Amino acid sequence: MPIKLEKSNQSTAGTHDSMWDSYNSADYMAQTRRGLDEELVRFISQEKQEPDWMLEKRLAALKIYHTLPLPDWGPDLSRLDLDKITYYARATDKQSQTWDDVPSDIKATFNKLGIPQAEQELLAGVGAQYESTVIYHSLKEQFKAQGVVFEDLDVALKSHAELVRPYFMRAVPPSLHKFAALHGAVWSGGTFLYIPRGVKVDLPLQAYFRMNAKGMGQFEHTLIIVEEEAQAHYIEGCSAPRYGIDSLHAGCVEIFVAARARFRYSSVESWSKDAYNLNTKRAIVQAEAHMEWVGGNFGSNVTMLYPCSVLAGAGATADHLGVAFANHGQIQDTGAKVIHLAANTSSNIVMKSISKDGGKAIYRGLVEISPAAENAAANIKCDALILDSRSSSDTIPLIKIKNPTAVLAHEATAGKLNEDDIFYLRSRGLSEGAASAMIVNGFIEPIVKELPLEYAVEMNRMVELEMENSVG
Amino acid sequence: MNILTIKNLSVSVAGKTLLNKVSLTLKKGETTVIMGPNGSGKSTLANVLMGHPAYQVEAGQIIFNGRDITALKPEERSALGLFLAWQQPREIAGIDFYPFLFDAHKALQAARQKRVPSVFSFKKKLDQEISLLQIKEDWSQRYLNQGFSGGEKKKAEMLQLALANPQLAIFDEIDSGLDVDALQVVGQAMARFKQGAKSALVVTHYLRILKYLKPDKVMVMSQGRLVATGGPELAKRLEKEGFRDLLTNS
Repeated sequence: MPIKLEKSNQSTAGTHDSMWDSYNSADYMAQTRRGLDEELVRFISQEKQEPDWMLEKRLAALKIYHTLPLPDWGPDLSRLDLDKITYYARATDKQSQTWDDVPSDIKATFNKLGIPQAEQELLAGVGAQYESTVIYHSLKEQFKAQGVVFEDLDVALKSHAELVRPYFMRAVPPSLHKFAALHGAVWSGGTFLYIPRGVKVDLPLQAYFRMNAKGMGQFEHTLIIVEEEAQAHYIEGCSAPRYGIDSLHAGCVEIFVAARARFRYSSVESWSKDAYNLNTKRAIVQAEAHMEWVGGNFGSNVTMLYPCSVLAGAGATADHLGVAFANHGQIQDTGAKVIHLAANTSSNIVMKSISKDGGKAIYRGLVEISPAAENAAANIKCDALILDSRSSSDTIPLIKIKNPTAVLAHEATAGKLNEDDIFYLRSRGLSEGAASAMIVNGFIEPIVKELPLEYAVEMNRMVELEMENSVG
Repeated sequence: MNILTIKNLSVSVAGKTLLNKVSLTLKKGETTVIMGPNGSGKSTLANVLMGHPAYQVEAGQIIFNGRDITALKPEERSALGLFLAWQQPREIAGIDFYPFLFDAHKALQAARQKRVPSVFSFKKKLDQEISLLQIKEDWSQRYLNQGFSGGEKKKAEMLQLALANPQLAIFDEIDSGLDVDALQVVGQAMARFKQGAKSALVVTHYLRILKYLKPDKVMVMSQGRLVATGGPELAKRLEKEGFRDLLTNS
């Protein structure tokens, strides 16, 4: 295998190679292969000892995958060679139950990412995905007693089949688009979260994902079911080391928010600069329920991500808050999608983007008010910060109104850093870089403040790293 | 010994000359007041001394504490002990005010190769100054200058002055837009600063602030030049006669 020989590709310096681009030896990749066919799909399912119904779903998704074209809108994906992706790999053979069981080289990677072990005390549960296998999972006893299930999805497939089966790929059907179909065929690993009726979980539940081997796709699936009147907050972060070969991330998040429940899904994603991050996230929100999406997107070569809320029940509401940072050579094509299906539904979209050193940030959104959605309201606000003349920003808001009672507001702004603001901070002793980073962090603060403290700190730190090369 | 020496300083923006061969010296521990009508170049001089990148220094030198700082960055001047209290401090959203003060203080201490304080010792110092300046408790919940009244902004500048502990402070129209109570708090803060044998350059329209800070020297600017220099009696004359006579006579 040529994998280890291509280390030299790393030498092209990026802004944060030392922090992001560390990697462990990937010997285990020798057992896996690139490209996709029915044999591989059967192999994955067999390897995971899945029930037959899952294999059938995978094969059906594979058929759809072959029939669907690449998206003909949005960023250029022609350089993504789907035959060169490794669709399945295992890092460790068994699940780890405690931190002590986690292999030391994997711990070293986590340390470089700066995930403090102390978070375990603060956070309700920790699930970390290393390659395609969840290596670490813990859950506070009190939640277990409440009937909360927070599991590796592979495990839940067997232990809670009756919960998983009716929901799996129902919010995101394989027919939605090519990468949803691909995901349905080769998904591996991920999280299952079930909050029973009326249960309120105060602390955020968290998972940490990490893509490691070169040229390897990651197709984790997150399935979340929030029953009536339940409340919870789930958060996940992703970070990938940088390698020479394009790598593909086509994950999927499905959330079912039952009547009068409240759920918040937060994610901070910082993919390596060659990764294609083509992620699909959808929530189905029932009557009087509330769904919140809070997201930060950093890194990657191309990101296409538009979390979607389907407001299916009367009085359902959704908030979409997002930050995207497009640095040199990157396209952040992100946004939101809200489908109002019922009366008195309302949605609020607030997106902020930063583009720098030739980066391109695009807000792409769709708000659809269906004929049945009487008195629906939608509010869209997009702010773009463009740090230099080489960088750009675009806003593509699509609004489809099929009910005349709808009330819509849309506002978009684009601006640069103010020279006097920077001078003011510098006159107080801060360097130009620190001053600029501080202003950028101030710009995204309304969204960052919605994250748990340690994630907010990490996000501010990522902005500082992205800003470091901006002076001179 | 001079804390500040300006030699034949000429400055332009977009080809337009704003300062024309300005020279002045300021002795350590002394206070110089610069007066003059609007657009005479007073605020330009204040900004250029602090190193505003928008201004082009065409000729001349700025010597601070024996060191030529003409080409230094604003943050380097700040580290050397120069401070500019702004006429119109910037309002910046999303930057929490007190954490910003701590960050700026840490940066200054590090640049001055002094011990960076713990958050607790910084908080102690901060609380002292907050109480002296009669600052409201809700400032801990505010962003940098955002939504501050004119008086609050100037108090915020005085707070930053005290924390920065500079050798020379430039006060750019610090007394404009202040009511009587705020003027007193700000004036007393200036007086406290001066007690430490510090130097001050006061750019102002009005004499009322000089109740708190006795000038050793008064200078008058007009059309980018220094046109008159005198002692405190010059300020009194200006108050009585206005600029017009002085400028037409010069």
